[in-house]
Amino acid sequence: MRKMTFAAAIESALAQAMAADERIIIWGEDVQAMRMNLTTRFGEGRIKQAPISEGAFVAAGVSAAMAGLRPVVEVMLVDFISVAMDAVMNQAAMVAAFTGGRWQVPLVVRASCGGGYGDAGQHEQSLWGLLAHIPGLSVMVPSTPADAGGLMLAALEHPEPSIFLEHKLLADYWLDVMAGSWRKNVLFDIPDEGSSGPVPDKWEPTPFGKAATRRAGDDLSIISVGVGVHRALEAAETLAADDIQTTVIDLRFIAPLDREAICQTTANTGRVIVVDEDYREFGLSGEVAATIAEANVACRFRRVCTEEVIPYARPLEDQVLPNTDRILAAARELWD
Amino acid sequence: MQMNLAALYRQMLRSRRFEEAVVGLFEDGLISGEMHLGIGEEGIAAGVAAHLIAGDALALDHRGTPPLLMHGVEPSSILMELLGLPEGLNGGRGGHMHMLSKEHLAASSGIVGAAGPAAVGFALAATHLRPGTIAVAYFGEGAINQGMLMESFNLAVVWNLPVLFVCKDNGVAITSRSTALTGGSPVERARGFGLKATTVDGSKVDEVWAVAGDLIEGLRSDDGPAFLHATCTRPYGHLIGDPVLRSAQAPIKELRQRGGPLVRSVTARDGAKLGERIRSLRNISGSVAKTVVEHGRKGFDPLSLARRQLSTDAILAQLETEVEAEIDQALSESLAQLKLAKEV
Repeated sequence: MRKMTFAAAIESALAQAMAADERIIIWGEDVQAMRMNLTTRFGEGRIKQAPISEGAFVAAGVSAAMAGLRPVVEVMLVDFISVAMDAVMNQAAMVAAFTGGRWQVPLVVRASCGGGYGDAGQHEQSLWGLLAHIPGLSVMVPSTPADAGGLMLAALEHPEPSIFLEHKLLADYWLDVMAGSWRKNVLFDIPDEGSSGPVPDKWEPTPFGKAATRRAGDDLSIISVGVGVHRALEAAETLAADDIQTTVIDLRFIAPLDREAICQTTANTGRVIVVDEDYREFGLSGEVAATIAEANVACRFRRVCTEEVIPYARPLEDQVLPNTDRILAAARELWD
Repeated sequence: MQMNLAALYRQMLRSRRFEEAVVGLFEDGLISGEMHLGIGEEGIAAGVAAHLIAGDALALDHRGTPPLLMHGVEPSSILMELLGLPEGLNGGRGGHMHMLSKEHLAASSGIVGAAGPAAVGFALAATHLRPGTIAVAYFGEGAINQGMLMESFNLAVVWNLPVLFVCKDNGVAITSRSTALTGGSPVERARGFGLKATTVDGSKVDEVWAVAGDLIEGLRSDDGPAFLHATCTRPYGHLIGDPVLRSAQAPIKELRQRGGPLVRSVTARDGAKLGERIRSLRNISGSVAKTVVEHGRKGFDPLSLARRQLSTDAILAQLETEVEAEIDQALSESLAQLKLAKEV
């Protein structure tokens, strides 16, 4: 086993896949600079600079995939997917449905997501709930380097459109550019085990739609994704001191959701908290609740999410994003 | 209207001193996230702002500080916003990319190109509610490829709206050279849509003033929307801590970090032929180097150029003293507020 950063893991998995499959082409804004190593190894023909035209270049990704390429189209921040929503929602997601599966769209859209560094509203959203809402799209959100590579490979090998979201607190180069983390006087709450960790010597695709159990315990289930998983693990450590044993489930896939894992842990503990950095209303946390309800599994349920537009001031932002204190408060409510 | 170069210089100097203070605050860790400066664009903002009146609307991009200051937003209000204070322009909730002032009809967006349609809407409201007023959209040359911006050119033309589209062209969109990613030219495109389009050297505030004056007079007389293409240089790059500029300033450090993976990329099995790899590497380095040179071009500072034209040292000295005092005042006020907030 070797150790890698989250960002290096994604690149490593991409390099492995690109070496094996010439149809994988990357394009997006500033990709030749951001993916300098890949551009050097595979050439400018396979990593193409795009103008600021997400509407066109994401849509082009859809049809390029239909015509035989396996594009990885980069939208710098998931917030900008708004500009390309038609391509994602009305094109990519619908081709296989309209053709009875005869024509598929093996497109990967790669984007950064997440907050915690003071960029506010239009640059810190998660939006995986919005995207997973659309039938036909798969959405992956890794929380560790091993999964960063594994999920990228899973997305690349999937014959249908996938959205791969990398959290800016975990993929270190984002903070360097966007948060001025080269300044030593600014602090970021970066989960160590998320930003760097063990990875396999050769990448294998993460089993599609399968969650991972990060911690086992019979009293409480915390279901989360991305950085939320690490906040949950921190809370679990604190709860253990009060003799509350927590299972932490890392969903890894928002769509397809691992409903079996969700129901299994709920049946086991009877107390569930969903920790979701995305918006609270009409999203992942509600979907988890519906899943549990439909399976007739009884439980007490709480969710810790982002409930408003993410504000700029760091102290305000810290309260709006899911944090360990909020998770602990939710846990206390489950025993009232 | 007669041009008052000293007044234009004052506006530019206010903006420049303000943003220099912002650099200090950012380096001190007091401003979070991405800080996109308008340093280098002051000539464009001042030349346009001189012709604006109360009731004119501003649709801004992610580097809207100079136009906001020049349109009358209080420096301390902006500073406190950047510091994340409740007393700031947007209560600390918007930050540098989302600066909005209803009172000034000025709205920023961090989504590239969004200023276009925003200005169209502002102008539409103006024709109904405030005839004779206009809307100005500010964007960089990279935004010219964004669909919604091009749509707004067309919409402004077919609805005959009083919009001034201002394209600030420094040739670089983060790490990309804009000409390599833009078919045709901004001015040709604008004319293709039916906009009245002019190009000007944005580092010469007197020229911007003259051209903008004509265009804005036309807008107020219902001549139809216009496009002002203004070239400029931005010494700080895309944002404070621009990675391209940082790597140019510390190339050995950069090489130490990047060198290993880059060499491995050249030598790894399976990939492009060696010749192509070397070529790619050379192209990327060359592109980066050119970007650095572009940002650092000397002789294009609108303030230096204006300064040279102002004849009396006495006027200048007086003006500079006043501006320093104004910005220092705003800075100490804001920092005092920050200290209070921290003590709570």
